[in-house]
Amino acid sequence: MKYAYYPGCSLEATAKEYNQSAKIVARHLGVELWEIPDWSCCGATAAHNNDHLLSLALPARNLALAEAEGLDVAVPCAACFNRLRAAEAAVRESESMQATVSEIIGRDYRATNKTRAFLDVMVNEVGLEKIKEQVVKPLAGLKLVAYYGCLLVRPPQLTAFDDPEDPMTIDRLIQALGGEAVSWSYKTECCGGSLATARADIGVRMIYQVLRRARDAGAEGIVTACPLCFLNLDMRQGQAAAAHGDRLGFPIFYFTELMGIALGYAPKDLGLTTHFVNPLPLLEAREILRHPATRRETA
Amino acid sequence: MERVELAGALRASQALKNLVEAASGVVLSDCYQCGKCSAGCPVAFAMDYTPRQVIRLLQLGLGEEALKSHTPWLCASCQACYTRCPREVNLPRLMEAVRQEARRRGLINEKKVDIFDQAFLRSLERYGRAHEMGLIIQYNLQSGQPFKDALLAPPLLFKGKISPIPAKIKNIAEVKNIFARARAKGGGRH
Ligand code: SF4
Ligand code: SF4
Ligand code: SF4
Repeated sequence: MKYAYYPGCSLEATAKEYNQSAKIVARHLGVELWEIPDWSCCGATAAHNNDHLLSLALPARNLALAEAEGLDVAVPCAACFNRLRAAEAAVRESESMQATVSEIIGRDYRATNKTRAFLDVMVNEVGLEKIKEQVVKPLAGLKLVAYYGCLLVRPPQLTAFDDPEDPMTIDRLIQALGGEAVSWSYKTECCGGSLATARADIGVRMIYQVLRRARDAGAEGIVTACPLCFLNLDMRQGQAAAAHGDRLGFPIFYFTELMGIALGYAPKDLGLTTHFVNPLPLLEAREILRHPATRRETA
Repeated sequence: MERVELAGALRASQALKNLVEAASGVVLSDCYQCGKCSAGCPVAFAMDYTPRQVIRLLQLGLGEEALKSHTPWLCASCQACYTRCPREVNLPRLMEAVRQEARRRGLINEKKVDIFDQAFLRSLERYGRAHEMGLIIQYNLQSGQPFKDALLAPPLLFKGKISPIPAKIKNIAEVKNIFARARAKGGGRH
């Protein structure tokens, strides 16, 4: 199984643990990742807020590079995934858009390849059975909520791999890893994305709502597939809680980190030591890290 | 808002209506004002007009008022409204179109949101990637709050999560060309 890999800017910086852990679990499960050479940013929200064509052309350049290799593209970042899908759909649906985008990027891009969320590849291509077989440190006794946010599952015409109101892909993965997927009502509520930077007053309120609902549901941690959600929930957690006179200390995980833990890799190699809210005490308290086997990996 | 004579307003704002419809692909009359979009909008609490009201303003020929609204600037593009709308009105695209037209007219209703976006795009055009460290600094300086998030920057650096040096792609000329050609095409109305 081979995919072109588009990490995106966040995975090179604030979400480097997502990158590290994704690469480790892919290798472990026999998924070959070919990182798109010299990939460029997808343009994110800023591009489509300001210029529709630019917001299609920036992802298209990367997709064209993968298309030339005949590869589908696996994308961990939910925001990038959404933008890449939007470009792919626009080019596939309209001949004139295909011509316009190709002209802008100076490459003939026909959208013959597909963009897949890294989560989708893991759960639906590798498959839960295979993942389950490889678990050596089950997340036994760990109560987690799956947080999908917006861009991984909406709009469904674009994202297409799970239900937009009650997605289950991460929940099923948590169960396959031996954890308990707690049901809650905020799994697809928006965390505010980049509003947290420009309008912190609005952002912290949205962030706090998500965190509080997770706690009210009885969860001990939140599992995400999006660097922006992670940054808001982890780095801005203290600020969001303080603004509401609360203290939380709620660990946030990328699903790939928990896969890595369950597959037996060391927390440090997976990047779990660089979170703002340290998740290790929780894993230690549940004795998840105590199991005998620990694989070493230098990613 | 002041009292207005709607028939006249409708005629006068036809050009603006056509423009946002063309730019967003949304047919304004598709919306039957059920309000489902606004009920589920996670940012509605901070908006001056709800998403439904923004459409209503445009339908009624009061688009000028929509251009002055903060709503399109605060929309997080979370796609909840579009996913739930019984008439499949692509509201986030409409918000984009209204915001872009407002910007063209110099109505930058959320300065900080705009500064952030523009800093992001400049970084991208220059390096081919978003440089988070540079972005934070540039954003803070321009928005007149040099110490905002200052407490977060050292731990980010320490954790190796942001780098003081921007990662620049090799084929930066190609990205610059993409910007230039997209600009020449005027952002693509359709
Ligand atoms: S969404 Fe974020 S991480 Fe993804 S390419 Fe764009 S800026 Fe970079
Ligand atoms: S949900 Fe759709 S039809 Fe209902 S008010 Fe909103 S845009 Fe109009
Ligand atoms: S896309 Fe914008 S208007 Fe629609 S629900 Fe989300 S924030 Fe509200």
